[in-house]
Amino acid sequence: MLSIKNLCVSIEGKEILNGINLEINPGEVHAIMGPNGSGKSTLANVLAGKEDYEITAGEITYMGEDLFEMAPEDRARKGIFLSFQYPVEIPGVPMVNFLKTALNEHRKFRGEKPLTAGEFLKVMREKKALVEMDTELTNRSVNEGFSGGEKKKNEIFQMALLEPKLSILDETDSGLDIDALKTVAHGVNALRSAENATIVVTHYQRLLDYIVPDHVHVLYKGRIVKSAGKELAFELEEKGYEWIKKENGD
Amino acid sequence: MSVTTDNNDLSLRMAGHFRDIEPGLAKGSPEILNTHRKKAFRDFVAQGIPTRKSENYKYTNLQPAFSREYQFLHEKTEKEFHLEEVFKCDVPQLDTHLVTILNGWFYQEADIKGILPENVILESLEKVAVMKPELLKVHYGQLADTEADPMVALNTAFARDGYFLRVPKNTKVESPIQIISLLQSDCDTYVTQRNLIVVEPGAEVTLILCDHTLNLHNYLSNSVTEIFVGENAVVNYYTVQNQHNNATAVNSVYVHQEQNSQANTNTITLHGGLVRNNLKVILAGENGEANVYGMAFLDRKQHVDNFTQLVHAMPHCQSNQLYKHILDDESTGAFSGRINVKRDAQKTNAFQRNNNLLLTDKAQMQTKPQLIIEADDVKCSHGATIGQIDEDALFYLRSRGIEEKQARLMMMNAFSYEVVQNIKVEPLRDRIDELIEKRLRGDVARCHECAYQCDC
Ligand SMILES: Nc1ncnc2c1ncn2[C@@H]1O[C@H](COP(=O)(O)OP(=O)(O)OP(=O)(O)O)[C@@H](O)[C@H]1O
Ligand SMILES: [Mg+2]
Repeated sequence: MLSIKNLCVSIEGKEILNGINLEINPGEVHAIMGPNGSGKSTLANVLAGKEDYEITAGEITYMGEDLFEMAPEDRARKGIFLSFQYPVEIPGVPMVNFLKTALNEHRKFRGEKPLTAGEFLKVMREKKALVEMDTELTNRSVNEGFSGGEKKKNEIFQMALLEPKLSILDETDSGLDIDALKTVAHGVNALRSAENATIVVTHYQRLLDYIVPDHVHVLYKGRIVKSAGKELAFELEEKGYEWIKKENGD
Repeated sequence: MSVTTDNNDLSLRMAGHFRDIEPGLAKGSPEILNTHRKKAFRDFVAQGIPTRKSENYKYTNLQPAFSREYQFLHEKTEKEFHLEEVFKCDVPQLDTHLVTILNGWFYQEADIKGILPENVILESLEKVAVMKPELLKVHYGQLADTEADPMVALNTAFARDGYFLRVPKNTKVESPIQIISLLQSDCDTYVTQRNLIVVEPGAEVTLILCDHTLNLHNYLSNSVTEIFVGENAVVNYYTVQNQHNNATAVNSVYVHQEQNSQANTNTITLHGGLVRNNLKVILAGENGEANVYGMAFLDRKQHVDNFTQLVHAMPHCQSNQLYKHILDDESTGAFSGRINVKRDAQKTNAFQRNNNLLLTDKAQMQTKPQLIIEADDVKCSHGATIGQIDEDALFYLRSRGIEEKQARLMMMNAFSYEVVQNIKVEPLRDRIDELIEKRLRGDVARCHECAYQCDC
């Protein structure tokens, strides 16, 4: 589904990712862990198509296509979804407008008829229930005045609405209370299928109790320095990153 | 130096035009207008056409507009057609288009009886000045100072007609009154419009003013509106400007507020060649509230200059100013906002904000807040920003599958939302949203069935 080969990315001349290799198949869940500043969000943003970065080497194919050839909106319509680590507030853009436009763009791409206002509200209600999102929130502007946790729920709510093929969850767990974490994880699991894949970026093993990964990767200084099964997450939880740093000569 | 000479020449030429038509203007014109006319002309001669050397017109160059030759109208002509047939600017669900002003002259479109409450007067200024001069006498020319602005002096010198509105004491006009000002002539034309609004104590009224050009000639229109808001009265004054690129419009609006009164203005500039909006509000009684908002959309070589003055003369008043501009292509804009808190105006709350969005590197915006505070117990704030579309927000929208163009549009709509949401007449707000949407999409944002179809 997704194949990253020797990806090197820099920003303002500073190399942030240097030689990432990653293969993701349908149905798989990959967890990416790693110390602060190691490049996890950078990788996520590059996959979603953020343009601030310079791709200095490497290639990414998504469902057989060159990802770099696709605009962010095309990637989204073809099934890539990024749950942002820091979702932006967009005052003046009403949530309902935003969600309806986004969903109808997806439908148009699939050759389906746009939903009427009534149909849309019905779908919205269902998906909101899935992540137990407060009804009042969709009456506001996008993320405006949302608490940290509400923003994260809103990301998963959008994911539920857009039904992506490849979901990238960038620290979706941070900021969520214990109950919300369960709800969100439950929502993510409900959306999983044999055709979909998920990348979970997280610092804490706890989330992985709920969203069980097939592979765990450690990103350090812009490289994947270790890959293993879910047991790696426990090891990291227990020992921290010191031993990883040592192994890499620091 | 040649600029000054040119300007002198232009001023002299303008004075010449006035002298040429003065006999025609004065003949049959009510005495009260003629009395002010003479002094106003002297004041114009003393000042000349505003140049950019004058502090108040620093950002707007009116010389190119004054360099053209125009026809000057001093007589009302019979309308050759029923305007409603060729021009519809109606806001859906509002059946209140009662008056059209064509090239500065007043034309009643519908009988106000039965639509407006009894004793409300909505009439031709000229007619009222002839038939009931006492209604004008105490107010006419009292706010529009001909010594302070040569454009106001010119307006007063050339003034013949416009609308007069009086809402009597404690009368609430439920439906908004829409007044459409049109420019349509068979040659380049200089247009003067003079309006007077008197809202008596405890009265309430909402006005929707739509300014349009109907064909492609060059127009220079210079209008002045004086608004008196009595004790406990409320006025909503919404302007939608939609003129073509060959039109220059100078609009001066003066608002005088008594105790406990409220004035809300919103000026939406959708289109126009050169637009200068002067707005001066005097809070002359305690507990007055003024909310003045403006939103301008500019592209190509358009220029919009919003010039506001908020005078807090008495204590316990509140004013809010919010102006925004979206500038595309090589357009230029300006905002000058003055807050003047007089010595007695303790416990004043005065806020001002100006936000601007530049869509290209070539677009330019000048912003100049000015606070003159003579009292000590006041809360004042002002802020101005000039920026681009928030790229992170844009990316967020695109990452959800929304086309870049559409995402930009949503962002621009969001930008103007803060201003437009203050319009309290829902159908008008919806209509404006629709026009803004079209404007931003690059479709001509004109009212449907409009006769003018230029693409300049
Ligand atoms: N716009 C930018 N300009 C300069 N440096 C940047 C920019 N964006 C990211 N970086 C740098 O790139 C490095 C990787 O950042 P990134 O956000 O990818 O880390 P991360 O692994 O997601 O960290 P965290 O766990 O704290 O979220 C950091 O050193 C960061 O400072
Ligand atoms: Mg991060």
